Amino acid sequence: MESESVPAISVDGISVRFGELSNRITALENVSFNVPDGSFITMVGPSGCGKSTLLRAIADLVPCNEGKIRVFGRTPEEARLARDFSFVFQESTLLPWRTAIENITLPLEVGSHSGNVESHAEPKELLDLVGLAGRGNALPHELSGGMQQRVSIARALVCRPRVLLMDEPFGALDEITRDKLNQELLRIWKETGTTIVFVTHSVPEAAYLGQKCLVLSRNPGRVLEFPVIEYSTPRKPAIRDTLEFVQVTGKLRSLLERADQA
Amino acid sequence: MKKQSTGSNWLSGIKRHFPAIATVIGLLILWHLIVTLFGIPTYIAPSPVQVALVFVEKGDILWINFLPTFFEALSGFILGNSVAVILAIWFVHNRMAERAFYPIAVFINTIPIIAIAPILVLILGNGYAPKIVIAALICFFPTLVNMVRGLNAVSPQMLELMRVLSATKPEILWKIRIQSSLPFLFAALKIASTTSVIGAIVGEWIGSNYGLGALIIEATYNFRSPMLYATVITGASLAVLGFTLTTIAEHHFVKWKSRSIN
Repeated sequence: MESESVPAISVDGISVRFGELSNRITALENVSFNVPDGSFITMVGPSGCGKSTLLRAIADLVPCNEGKIRVFGRTPEEARLARDFSFVFQESTLLPWRTAIENITLPLEVGSHSGNVESHAEPKELLDLVGLAGRGNALPHELSGGMQQRVSIARALVCRPRVLLMDEPFGALDEITRDKLNQELLRIWKETGTTIVFVTHSVPEAAYLGQKCLVLSRNPGRVLEFPVIEYSTPRKPAIRDTLEFVQVTGKLRSLLERADQA
Repeated sequence: MKKQSTGSNWLSGIKRHFPAIATVIGLLILWHLIVTLFGIPTYIAPSPVQVALVFVEKGDILWINFLPTFFEALSGFILGNSVAVILAIWFVHNRMAERAFYPIAVFINTIPIIAIAPILVLILGNGYAPKIVIAALICFFPTLVNMVRGLNAVSPQMLELMRVLSATKPEILWKIRIQSSLPFLFAALKIASTTSVIGAIVGEWIGSNYGLGALIIEATYNFRSPMLYATVITGASLAVLGFTLTTIAEHHFVKWKSRSIN
C-alpha cells in the first residue's frame, strides 16, 4: 500500500434513493469511480441525473443506501470532521454582515477545527490568490457576483482542504466572468495542488477544466463514461477556438445525448 | 463620499422635512384660529397656546407622572421582548415546543389588552407589576412571530455549508441565525417601542394614582382639557422617543442591511 496509490476519492457501487418505500426515487444507482490525488475532475450529465446528489454524497450531505465512499481512505463523515474537503455552492453563501476577510475566516471559528489555527492558510494571501487583494474589508453586497464567488472559493481554501468539491460554482455568472474564473481556478489548482471535483452543466467548462470528465446518464443516475481529456497545448483561453477543443466538446455532447436517451 | 459633513446634513434634513414641518405649523395655526374665532369653551377643546402653557406652568406634574409610565413601558418592553426572543429560539430548535405553545401565544394575542388589564390588576395588585405585565404582553406577540421567522430566514445552502464545516447547533445559532434574524427583530421592536407605552397607559387607567394614564383619567373627569392634551402629547413623545432609539439601535446593529438598501 503506497500512499501514492490511494485515490483522493473512491466511490464504490453507491446507490442513493429518496422518499418513502412506496414511491421511491432512485437518484443514483451502482455508481463507481476513482478520483486520483491532485487531479481535476469535471462532472456533467443531463439535468436530474444526480450529479449534485453524487457530490453531496461525497460531502456527507446525503446518505448512501448502498456502496461506500472513501475520501483518502476515510468515510465522508470522518473526512468532514477532519476537514479533508471543502464545498463551494452555486450561490456564494456569504454572510452579508461579514466583510470578505471575516467570511473567509468563518471555517476557523466553527466546528471541531475552531481552535486549530496553525494549519490554516493566511486569509490575506488567499485574497491575493483569488484576485481580490485590497478588497478584504468590503461587504458582500459591495462586490459583484463573480467577486462574491471568489470570496467563497477563498473561504473553501482557508483550511487547506485536500479536496475541493464544487457544485456549479460559476453557473449563475455571465460567460465573460465565468471564462475568467475558469482560468483562475486552473491557476489556483496548480498553485495549491488540491484535488478538485467540479460539477457543471456547461460542456465547454467541463472540457476546459477537467483532466477527466465523468458523464452521468439519468433515470437512474449511472456512470456512462469517464473519458480522459488531453490537449497538445496548455489550457489557455485561446484553446477554446481550436479544432482539438471542439472535437472534445463534440464528443462530450454526443455522450450527453446518449445519456439523455438512456 | 460616504458621509456628508454634519452641518450640511442638518440643513438637508430640514430641507427634506420642510413639507412636514410647514404642515404641522399650519395645522396648529388653523386649530388656534378655529378655537378662538368660534369661541369654543376650553373644556371642550383648548387652543394650542393653552396646551403649551401647561408645559410651562405644570411641567413638574407632567414630569412626575411621566417617570413611572416611562419605567413601566421600558420594563414591559424589555420583559415582553426577552421572553419572546427566548421562546422563538426554543421554538426554532424544538418543533414539539412550537406546536405546544404557539397556539396558546396566538390565543393570548387575540384577547383585547383592555380586557386582560382588570384581570391582571386583580391578580398583581395596584403597583408597577400589572402595568409592566400589560406592556410586556402587548410587545410579546409581534416579536415572537417576527423572531421565529427571522431565525428561520437562513438559506438551506447556508445550513449545508455549516454542516460541511461540522458546526454545532449553538454555533449555527450565534454565528448565523441570530444575525440574520436582526432585521426581523428590529421590525418588531419598532412596533413594540410604541405599543409598550400604550400598554403602560392602559394599565394605569384601570387602577393607579400616578403615571400618564392616571393623569389622563383625572384630567378628563375634572374637565382640565389643556392638561389632558398636554398629557397625551407627553405620552406620544415617549413613544416617539422609544421608536427613535430603536431605529438608532437598528442602524447600529444592522448596518449591512440598511447599507444594502440605500
